[in-house]
Amino acid sequence: MAVLTVGVAIQRNLFSVVVLSGIYSFLMATVLVALDAVDVAMTEASVGAGVSTVLLLGALYLCGGEEAKPLHRPWPPLLIALVIVGALVYGTLGLPAFSDPQAPIHVVVAPRYLQQALQETGVPNVVTAVLASYRGFDTLGEVTVVFTAGAGVIALLRRRRRREPPGEAR
Amino acid sequence: MKGFLILRIIAKLLIPYILIFALYVQFHGDFGPGGGFQAGVIAAAAIMLYGLVFGLPSARRLVPDAVVETMVGLGVLIYAGVGVAGLLLGGNYLDYFVLHRDPVAGQLRGIFWVEVGVAVTVNGVMLKIFYMFAGRRRRDRPS
Amino acid sequence: MSLLGHYNYWITVFLMTAGLYIVIARGNLVKKLIGLSIFQTSVYLLYVAPGKVIGGTAPILSPEYAVYSNPLPHVLILTAIVVGVATLALGLAITVRIREQYGSIEEDEILAADRDAEERG
Repeated sequence: MAVLTVGVAIQRNLFSVVVLSGIYSFLMATVLVALDAVDVAMTEASVGAGVSTVLLLGALYLCGGEEAKPLHRPWPPLLIALVIVGALVYGTLGLPAFSDPQAPIHVVVAPRYLQQALQETGVPNVVTAVLASYRGFDTLGEVTVVFTAGAGVIALLRRRRRREPPGEAR
Repeated sequence: MKGFLILRIIAKLLIPYILIFALYVQFHGDFGPGGGFQAGVIAAAAIMLYGLVFGLPSARRLVPDAVVETMVGLGVLIYAGVGVAGLLLGGNYLDYFVLHRDPVAGQLRGIFWVEVGVAVTVNGVMLKIFYMFAGRRRRDRPS
Repeated sequence: MSLLGHYNYWITVFLMTAGLYIVIARGNLVKKLIGLSIFQTSVYLLYVAPGKVIGGTAPILSPEYAVYSNPLPHVLILTAIVVGVATLALGLAITVRIREQYGSIEEDEILAADRDAEERG
């Protein structure tokens, strides 16, 4: 995946960039399955590699497919990126090691959900139970976000029905 | 036209299975991975495939604009409606326990309708965005 | 041991800064949006990786398994993925409109056009 992101940064033909990002999403979905996150992997595969790629291709058709040669030198952003890498790596050294059973997220809240979900909701898929029942308000907010995005796209891309010859300035 | 024949045949074979898979993911989301979001996106992807292979006007005939726009709002209303039903039946907003005599069955009913609402909205929004992007003709206008 | 234990965080950090680099160093608007989505996917990894319990299985309750991976990050990230694609769709819609108004989606040309418009009053 690291190779893919470097490819995305360097490639100038936008069509190949879109294909690379689709491959990246599929690889990310595979990694998520390896991390036991099956719902997330299914969503990432269908949304990231499916819908995103279609939307990007649609936008590319409407916008043109080549990126211009970069005018600025790449050194200032590269320097900033390296500084951020250093700061973040220093920060992550304080985080718990991978799959540590004593990490706070495994001890405090999750066991309660894992033990009680079947009796309280009757649904074996704990992720669905938490999403739809225990944290139902958040899902309501998320559906509203999706709705707002749809409304926003409609508002931005709708054509007015005006009686004017095509190609005339608006 | 000849080159597209393979695409058309394969699309015709695949699209019903994709739609059935979307329904399976939706209703089986309680027992396996899945749920409303994935089902909505997969169903939208099936219709997008139809639109890409057979042309946007055929897709528009199959799922008209009015249906898509209704779906966008309907899902949010279903979700909020489940919450209001909880209010009307005596509990808090979005309380599933009061939806049935048996609290666990009430939870199942609430989760079912909530997932349906989510799937409908996600499906509608993805399709609408696809229609908007694909239906727009390219306008080359110098600034 | 701590080196291997933190490897997943470093992958996340690399992907995050790569996405950030694409956003700030490239002028093409569509590429910036793709860099933003790479940034978002690195955050998914940041949340899901600590939830994994070695020897556990997916968090779907079943009589055959006793140890499960943590389901809470999965819930958060599910929401985040859908919100991410909504953001991408809106960003692309704005990009299409910018292309129609300015004729280009390169950041430099758009800023130059704005400056010219300002000078002309």
